[in-house]
Amino acid sequence: MSTLRSPKITVIGAGGLGCPALYALGPELAARDARVVIVDDDRVDLSNLQRQILHRTADLGRLKVDSAEEALAARFPALAVEARALRVGRENARAVVAGSDVVLDGTDSIEAKFLINDACVLERVPLVHGGVLRFSGQLLSVLPGQACYRCLFEAPPPPGAAPSCQEAGVLGAVCGLLGALMAEEALAILDGKPALGSTLLVIDALSGERRRIKIKPRPDCQVCGAHPTITSLDLHREAAAC
Amino acid sequence: MATVRIPTPLRKLTQGAEEVSASGKNVGELIADLEKHYPGIKERICDEAGAVRRFVNIFVKDEDIRFLQNLDTPLKDSDEVSIVPAIAGG
Repeated sequence: MSTLRSPKITVIGAGGLGCPALYALGPELAARDARVVIVDDDRVDLSNLQRQILHRTADLGRLKVDSAEEALAARFPALAVEARALRVGRENARAVVAGSDVVLDGTDSIEAKFLINDACVLERVPLVHGGVLRFSGQLLSVLPGQACYRCLFEAPPPPGAAPSCQEAGVLGAVCGLLGALMAEEALAILDGKPALGSTLLVIDALSGERRRIKIKPRPDCQVCGAHPTITSLDLHREAAAC
Repeated sequence: MATVRIPTPLRKLTQGAEEVSASGKNVGELIADLEKHYPGIKERICDEAGAVRRFVNIFVKDEDIRFLQNLDTPLKDSDEVSIVPAIAGG
C-alpha cells in the first residue's frame, strides 16, 4: 500500500517506453487514486505501432497524448489522466516535473534525457530514467541526494556520434520489458522502496542477461555535485535540440 | 587476457560478439589492443585527445574507472571490463 495520498505521476513521452509503462501503471494507480500526467507533442505514425501499444492504426495522425488518454480511459476508467500536448524544453521542463511524486522519462532523445535529469534534480523530484536501442535497455532511478544521470554520463554525444532509434532500430519487446520495469520501479518509489537508486540496470534481450551496476555520485557533477554549474535551465546547452 | 563486454552500439565492429578478449596492463592498453583487432572501436570510446568520451563509461569489475585511475587503471587477466555508452531510444 502506498503511504502517499493521491500521488501525481508524470510520464514524459507516450512512445515506446511511455506506452507500456502507462499500461502497467494503470490498474495500480487507479487503485491508489493517483493522477497521471502524460506529456508529449508528437503524433502517431505508422512506424510507431510495433512498440507503442496504446496507439492503434485508427489513431494515425492524432496526438499521442490524446490516443494514450483514450486507451487508458477505456481500459482503466477509474484512472485520472491529464494529457498535455507540449514539447519539453528548457523553458518548461522544471514546471512539467515540479510537484510530481515520480517522473518517468520515456523520451527518445539524449538531449531530452539530460534536460529531464537536470530538471528533476533541481526540483528534487524522483526520476525513473529509461533508454533502449536495438536489443538493449538501460534503467536508472535518480533519487534526490543520490547519483544522477549526469553523474553517470557527463554530457550527451555530439550530433551523429551515437546511433538514434531511427537509425539503429529498436525491438518492440525490449520496449515492453523496459517500460514495465520502469512502471514497477515508479511504484516502488511511491512505496518508498526504490530498487534502482544509484544503480544502472542494463538489459540485453539477445543474451537474456540483466546486470546491475552501482553508480556513485560524482563530486564534480555539473548538476548535483558540490559546486554545480547547472543551477537553472535558462542557459541549458542541451535543451536546444529537445 | 581480460574479458571485455561490448555494448550493442559497438557490436558491428566486433562482428556481433557480445564479449571479446583483449590484453593490456591497464585500460588504455586494453583499448589500444581492441583497436588492433577491431579497427574503429577506439574512436567510438575515446575522443581525439584520447580521453574516454563523456557519454561512455568503462567499468572494471563493476567499478567506474573515473573513481579508479581512469585509463591508467591496472588490469589483471581475470578482470571483466564493461563498456557502457548512453543509449537514448524510447
